[in-house]
Amino acid sequence: MIAAKFNVWRGDTGGGAFTTYTTQIGEGMVVLDAVHQIQAESAPDLAVRWNCKAGKCGSCSAEINGKPRLMCMTRCEDLPLDQPVTVQPLKAFKPIKDLVTDVSWNFAVKKKIKPFKPRPPDHQDGTWSMQQEDIDRVQEFRKCIECFLCQDVCHVLRDHAKHDEFIGPRFFVHTAALEMHPLDTEDRLSELQKTQGIGYCNITKCCTVVCPEHITITDNAIIPLKERVVDRFYDPLKKLWRKLLGKS
Amino acid sequence: MAGDSTARYTTHEHDVLVIGAGGAGLRAAIEASAGGASVGLVCKSLLGKAHTVMAEGGVAAALANVDQRDGWQVHFADTMRGGQYVNQWRMAQLHAQEAPDRVRELEAWGAVFDRTKDGRILQRNFGGHRYPRLAHVGDRTGLEMIRTLQDHGVHRGIDVHMEVTVVRLLLDGGRVAGALAYDRERGRFRLFRAKAIVLATGGIGRAYEITSNSWEYTGDGHTLAYDAGAELIDMEYVQFHPTGMVWPPSVRGILVTEGVRGEGGVLRNSAGKRFMFDDIPDNYRPQTASDPEEGWRYTQGDKSARRPPELLTRDHVARCIMREIKAGRGSPHGGVFLDISWIKQKLGSAREHIKKKLPSMYHQFKELAGIDITAEPMEVGPTTHYVMGGVRVDSDSQMSTVPGLFAAGEVAAGLHGANRLGGNSLSDLLVFGKRAGEYAARWAKEHSAGSVAAGEVDAAITRMLAPIERAAHGGENPFAIQHDLQKEMQALVGIVRNQAEMDRMVDRLASYRQRAAKVVAPGNREYNPGWHSALDLHCLLTVSEAIARSAAARRESRGGHFREDFPDKDAKFGKLTTMVKKGPDGSMQLSHVPVPQWPAEMQKIMDENTK
Ligand SMILES: Cc1cc2nc3c(=O)[nH]c(=O)nc-3n(C[C@H](O)[C@H](O)[C@H](O)COP(=O)(O)OP(=O)(O)OC[C@H]3O[C@@H](n4cnc5c(N)ncnc54)[C@H](O)[C@@H]3O)c2cc1C
Ligand code: SF4
Ligand code: SF4
Ligand code: FES
Repeated sequence: MIAAKFNVWRGDTGGGAFTTYTTQIGEGMVVLDAVHQIQAESAPDLAVRWNCKAGKCGSCSAEINGKPRLMCMTRCEDLPLDQPVTVQPLKAFKPIKDLVTDVSWNFAVKKKIKPFKPRPPDHQDGTWSMQQEDIDRVQEFRKCIECFLCQDVCHVLRDHAKHDEFIGPRFFVHTAALEMHPLDTEDRLSELQKTQGIGYCNITKCCTVVCPEHITITDNAIIPLKERVVDRFYDPLKKLWRKLLGKS
Repeated sequence: MAGDSTARYTTHEHDVLVIGAGGAGLRAAIEASAGGASVGLVCKSLLGKAHTVMAEGGVAAALANVDQRDGWQVHFADTMRGGQYVNQWRMAQLHAQEAPDRVRELEAWGAVFDRTKDGRILQRNFGGHRYPRLAHVGDRTGLEMIRTLQDHGVHRGIDVHMEVTVVRLLLDGGRVAGALAYDRERGRFRLFRAKAIVLATGGIGRAYEITSNSWEYTGDGHTLAYDAGAELIDMEYVQFHPTGMVWPPSVRGILVTEGVRGEGGVLRNSAGKRFMFDDIPDNYRPQTASDPEEGWRYTQGDKSARRPPELLTRDHVARCIMREIKAGRGSPHGGVFLDISWIKQKLGSAREHIKKKLPSMYHQFKELAGIDITAEPMEVGPTTHYVMGGVRVDSDSQMSTVPGLFAAGEVAAGLHGANRLGGNSLSDLLVFGKRAGEYAARWAKEHSAGSVAAGEVDAAITRMLAPIERAAHGGENPFAIQHDLQKEMQALVGIVRNQAEMDRMVDRLASYRQRAAKVVAPGNREYNPGWHSALDLHCLLTVSEAIARSAAARRESRGGHFREDFPDKDAKFGKLTTMVKKGPDGSMQLSHVPVPQWPAEMQKIMDENTK
C-alpha cells in the first residue's frame, strides 16, 4: 500500500475545477478502483460511469494524465505515482457532472446510419453461408465497445467541434462493419461523403492509437471507405460509366 | 405533466414499458413494438452497457451445426438434469424448441457469429451440454448480441430512456398501471404510465462481496415485483461460477469464461493434480471422460470421446474447487490453477489458437494481472454470478401473478431450476424476451390504461428525497452499509451454508434495515452515486432476505444451494419449490409449492436423452 494523490475534475455544465484526494493504492488497483475508493471514503457524490470493470462495456472512459483511456484498464502501478494522477472527463463532449459527460450525440448519430439490410437467405431455413475468412474483418470492427475514446481524441471533434458535419471514427468503424458485411445490400457511400464528413479525416491515426479494442480504425475502416467514396464520386471514368449505365 | 402544479415529476405514456435494456429487455421491446404497441424502454446505464454485454462464452441453441445428433430434446433433457429437475418443465421445453430460431433471427439482424468450415454458425462445448451447442463470437458473444439487438431496436421507434432508474411500480386495483423513476443525470422524477410492464432488470450479484456482476445488479426487478405483490420463487438458488479471478485483489470476482475449459483448459491444485477426476457424480459418470486423453479429444471435436470433468455443472465444479482450497491444496492467492497454456504440448500453434479463441481472456489477464495465459496458468476461484430465482411467471406468456406485469431474463425464474447451464441465459433472454414482449403487447391491446394515485407518487418522492434532505445532520454512509451487507451475505449465505448461519443472517437484516433508515447522501440530486446507492439499499435488503429465508427453509442440498448440515438431496424437497411473497402486514411470507409435474412424453424424452 502506498498513498497516492489524485487530481479529479469536479464540476458540472457550469464549469469546475480539480480537487485533490489522497488514497491508498494496493497491488493491482486500477484508476477506477481509486476513484471508487475516493467516493466511498470522502466524496460520495463524485459522479463516474462504469459497469463491467473488465474493459468490456466501454462506460468508464476518461482522460488520465491527459490521455483518453478506460479507467478500469489503467493500472495505478503503471502511472508515475510520485506525482498526482489527473483524472478528467472526455473533452470532446459536454460535461454533465465530474467524470460523466453527455455522450448522447453518439447515439443520435448512430440512429441516422442506415441499418443492416441482408440479401435474401441462401437456404430454405432462412439462413446464410459465410466463410470465416470473409467475416474476419467485420468481426474486428464489431469488437467495438462504444467507449468513444476515439471520438474524444479526434481533432475534428475535439478541437474543431464539427459534430454536425462529421460522425467520427467510431461511426466510420460502424459504417465499415455494415458496408463490408458479406450479406449487406445497403449503400451508404453518398452520405459518408456528403453529410458524414469522411473527407475531414486526414488520417492522423490518433483514433487507432487510443482504441482499447485494438481496432485498426484508420487503416482497416476509414481508408477503405475513403477509397470507395473516391472511386464512386471522383473517378471521372467510373462516373461516366455509371451515367451510361443509368445509375446515379 | 398533467395538472401537477408542484412539477415534481414529468409523465410519459406508453402501451408497454420495458424496464431493462439487456438482451431480455431489448428483445421484449422489439417484439412489443412489432406487435403494434408504443414502447418505452428504460435502463440505469447507457444503451448497450447492460450486463448482457459482458457475456462471453456463447448462446445455447440446438442448431446441430457441429454435431447432428443434437436436437431440442437433448437440450431440454440437459437443462432439466442440470437444474436438478426442479425447473418449470414447460419453460425448459419452450426454451429448447425456440432457441435455434431466435439465434438465426439474430443473424438476419446483422450478428456475425464464428463459422464452421462449411460456412454455418459454429458451436462450442460448454459444461452440462451434451453436444457442442453454444453459438459464439470468440469470447465476446454478449457484446455481439446486445449490439445487434440495440442497433436493430433503435430503428423501430422505441422510446429509450437512458440512465433512468425505476424505484416503484404503481398499481390500480391490483393490476399494473405505471412506474415511478428518477433520472440519474439530473435527479428529476418521472412517472411512466403503461398498460403493461415487462421487467428485464437482471440479477442480484451485488448482494455478495465477491461477484462477477456490476453495480446494476442490486435486485431491483425482484424487489419491484415483490413490492407490487408478485411471487418470487427459487431464491435459494444462487449460482457461484467456479472460475472468477482471485488476484490481484481489486479484480477479485471478475469472470473467467467457462469457454477456457471448453477449449481444453484444465483445473489443477497446488500439487499439480487434475483434481476434477477425483469426484464425478454418478448421474454424469457415463458421459464423462475416463482419462485426460479422452477429455482432450472431446474438446477437439472427437465425437466418440466423452467430456472432461472440468465441464461438469458449475455447482459441482465450484464445490470441488472449494474442497481443494479448504484442504490446503489451493494456489498462493486462495484459488486453484486453471491452465490453458498446457495445450502447447498438443498444438503447434497453441499461442495463436488461444488468442483467437479467447481474445478477451488473454487481454483481461495480460492487462489486469500481468499474466500471459498462453504461457502460464491462471489463478481462479468461485464468484457470485447468477440467480436462478426470481419472479414467478406463466411459462408461456411470462406474466407474473400481478396482472399486466411480465418478467423475462435473469429476473424471471423457472427455466434453470436449481442450477443454470452456461449459455442457457443468453438463449433464455431471446426466447422469453420475445414471448414477454409479444404477450405484453397483446395485453396492452386488450386492456385500457389504469389510473395512478397521485398521493402515492408524492409520498414515494418525499421518501426518496429524505437521504439528501437529512444529510446536513449526518448519518449512515450508503457505501459502508452495502459493503457490510455484502460481506455478511458472502459469509453466512454463500457457497457452503448451514442452518445457524442462515438464521443469523435473517436476524441481522433487521439491524441493516435500521441503518438503511438513517442513510444520508450529501450533495445535490445531480448524478449523485451516494444517493443512488442509498436508494438501492431497499432492493439489496429485500433480495438478501428472500435468499436467506428461502435457503434456510430448504433442508437439503441441490444445485446452487449447498448445505454442510444437509449435504444430500432429499426426494421430498425435490418436489417442492420455495416461494416468498409480501404478506398483508408487510412481512415476508414463505411457503412451499409443488414443482409442476411433466407429462409422460416429456419423461420419455428425458429418459432417452440422459443415458
Ligand atoms: C461476466 C459474465 C459472463 C457471462 N457469460 C454468459 C455466457 O457466456 N452465456 C450465457 O448464457 N450467460 C452468460 N452470463 C449471464 C448473462 O450474461 C446474464 O444472465 C444476462 O445477460 C442477463 O440479461 P438480462 O437481459 O436479464 O439483464 P441485463 O443484461 O443485466 O440487463 C438488465 C437491465 O436492466 C436495467 N435495470 C436494472 N434495474 C433497473 C431499474 N431499477 N430501473 C431501470 N432499469 C433497470 C439495467 O440498467 C440493464 O439495462 C454471463 C454473465 C456475466 C456477468
Ligand atoms: S485518423 Fe481521422 S478519424 Fe482518426 S483521429 Fe485522425 S482525423 Fe480523426
Ligand atoms: S472504435 Fe475503439 S475507441 Fe472507438 S468507440 Fe469503439 S472501442 Fe472505443
Ligand atoms: S467499466 Fe466497463 S469498460 Fe471500464
